Amino acid sequence: MTRPWRIGIAVAFFALITGLCFWGVFTWVRRQPPNVNFAAHHDAGRPVHLTVQTVGTMGTGHPHPAWVSYLVKAPDGKWVHSTQWELPAYTRIDVTVLEYDGGHALRNQVWAKVQGTIGGVMTLNGKTVRQVSPQTAYGETHTFTVPALGLNVPFAGVNGNSPTFCTTAPCTPSHVHNVIKFSFMTRAPGQYHWQCMFPCAAGYLDGNGGPMQTLGYMDGFLKVMPSPGHPLQVGQ
Amino acid sequence: MTGGRLGNAVRQRLGIGVAEPSDRVHLWRISLIWLAWMMWSEPVLWFIAWPVIPPFRLTLTAASEQWDGLVAIMIADGAMSGVLIYGIYALIVWRQRKGQPMGDGPPLRSHWGVQAGWVFVTTCVVLGAFIFGTVELIVPAGAGTGEGPSPIWVPGSKHILPIQVIGQQWVWTYRYPTFGGFETTQLMIPANTSIAFHVTSLDVIHDWWAYQLGVKADANPGEDNVAFATTTSKLGKVTVRCDELCGIWHGAMFDYGYVVPQAQFEKWGHSMAKKLAPLTKQLPKFAWTYYPSANGDYPGPPYYPTNTDPFYKMYQYQYGKSGPEGRLPAVHVNKTGS
Repeated sequence: MTRPWRIGIAVAFFALITGLCFWGVFTWVRRQPPNVNFAAHHDAGRPVHLTVQTVGTMGTGHPHPAWVSYLVKAPDGKWVHSTQWELPAYTRIDVTVLEYDGGHALRNQVWAKVQGTIGGVMTLNGKTVRQVSPQTAYGETHTFTVPALGLNVPFAGVNGNSPTFCTTAPCTPSHVHNVIKFSFMTRAPGQYHWQCMFPCAAGYLDGNGGPMQTLGYMDGFLKVMPSPGHPLQVGQ
Repeated sequence: MTGGRLGNAVRQRLGIGVAEPSDRVHLWRISLIWLAWMMWSEPVLWFIAWPVIPPFRLTLTAASEQWDGLVAIMIADGAMSGVLIYGIYALIVWRQRKGQPMGDGPPLRSHWGVQAGWVFVTTCVVLGAFIFGTVELIVPAGAGTGEGPSPIWVPGSKHILPIQVIGQQWVWTYRYPTFGGFETTQLMIPANTSIAFHVTSLDVIHDWWAYQLGVKADANPGEDNVAFATTTSKLGKVTVRCDELCGIWHGAMFDYGYVVPQAQFEKWGHSMAKKLAPLTKQLPKFAWTYYPSANGDYPGPPYYPTNTDPFYKMYQYQYGKSGPEGRLPAVHVNKTGS
C-alpha cells in the first residue's frame, strides 16, 4: 500500500471516529423523554382526562433510582416516565394526580395556593380545597405549576413511614397515596413549560439539582397542539 | 490657495513639511461634506429616532437611559460619518493613479509640545467624560441598578413605595409590605411614584431585569439588593427577565408587569391583600431577606426571615418613624418628587 493510500485511510478513519463521537455527544445532549399524545385521538368539545403520579423515588432498574419524578398514564393505560404531554388547544383538561411522595413544607408558601384552575379549586381526596398548608396531615410535597398559564396546584404529602409507602415507580393504588383532582383550560398552541416549585431533589444543594434540573422528572412541557375541530373556548 | 503662515510653521517644526496649497482645499471639502451630512442626520436622529430608542419613558431612569442612548447615537453618527467620508474622499481623490510616481512622504519626528498637548487634551476628555458620565448616571434619576442594602443614591421623593422582588427557580414573585405583605406573581406598579425594589433570592443567584423600567439588579440569596425607579405618568407593560444564568429553565424565567394609574394600583393592592389574606397568614413574617431551608422543615416555617434591620433603617428617615411593618402607612404612593 502506497503512502498516500495509508494517509487517506488514516484520515478517513479519524473522520469516522470524530463523527461518531459528535453524533454520540449530540444524541446524548439532545435526548428527551417521549411525547405522550393526548391530542391525536381527542374528540372536539370533550375534555381530556390526564392522570399522572408523583413518586418519591424511581426505584431500582432506573438510571436514577433515588430521583423523585412524575409519571403519566398514556391513552393506552400504561404508565410512561415522561413529562412531555401533547394536549389539544382551547380544551378543558381534567387532571387526576396520584401523589405517592412524603411531605415537608414548601420553601415558599405562595405556592400553597391553588391558582389558575377552573373555579380556583382542587379536590384533595374528594374534599374541595383552595390552599394546602404545611400543617395539613403530612405537609406539602410537590406542585404542578405552569407559569405561562398562571396555573399552580399544590399537592399534600403522604406518610413517608407508612408500611405501604411506594419506593419503586410506577406506584399502584395499594400504596399509600393522595388523590388530587383539578381542571384547567389550555390556551393557544405552543409549548408551555411546567415545573414543581418545591425544590425536592434530595441529596442536592438546597434541593435544586438533579431531578429539578432534568427534563422528564420534576419539569416538562405541555405541548399544546392545534385542534382544528375546536372553535375558541370549546369545552369551557 | 496658499497654506497659512502658522499652519506651515507648525508643520515645519513637526518636520512633516510645508502644507501643499491644496491640503486646505481637501480639509474644507471634507469638513463641508461632513457638515452637510450632520445637518440633516442629527435632526433626524433627534426628532425621529429619539422617541423610538428603548427603553422608552416609563420611568425617569428609563428616560435618562433613552437620553444617554440618543447622545451615544448622535456622537457615533458624527464620528462614524466623519471616518467614512474621509475614507471615501481619500479613495476618490488621493488614490494612486497610473503612471504616478510612488515615494515616501517626509519623515515624522517627535515634538514634546504636541505630545504633551495630546496627553493633556485626551486626559481632559477622559476625565470630563468620567465626571459627566458619573453625574449623569446618578443625579438625574439613578442608575437603575442594584445598590445593595445601603443605597448611595435615593430618589428625592418623600414617599417611596417598597416592592420586594423574590427570585426562585424559575419564577419571580413580589411582596407588597405596605399592603400587609401579600405575595403574588403579579407585578403591578403605580404611575408617578418612586419605588424601591428590594431584590432577593430564595435559592441561587438570579438577576431581575425590568427592561422598560430601566432597572436591573442581582437577586442573591440572603441579600437585600435595593434598586430605585420613579415612574412617570406613562402607563404600559413591563417585560421582566432573569439576566443571570440560573439553571436549566433560566430562559423560561420571565413575566410581565404593568404600570397603572395610582388609583387602580391602590384598588388592586387592597383587593389582593383581602383575597390573599389566608395565604399571607401562611407566609413567613415579612423581611428583606429569607434563609431557605434545604427542603423545607415540616412542621416549621418554610423559610426564615433573617434580617429585618435594613427595613427599619431604610425607611426610618423617610417616614420619620420606625417599628414593625404593620405600623407603616397603608400606601406610600404620592406624586413624583412631592
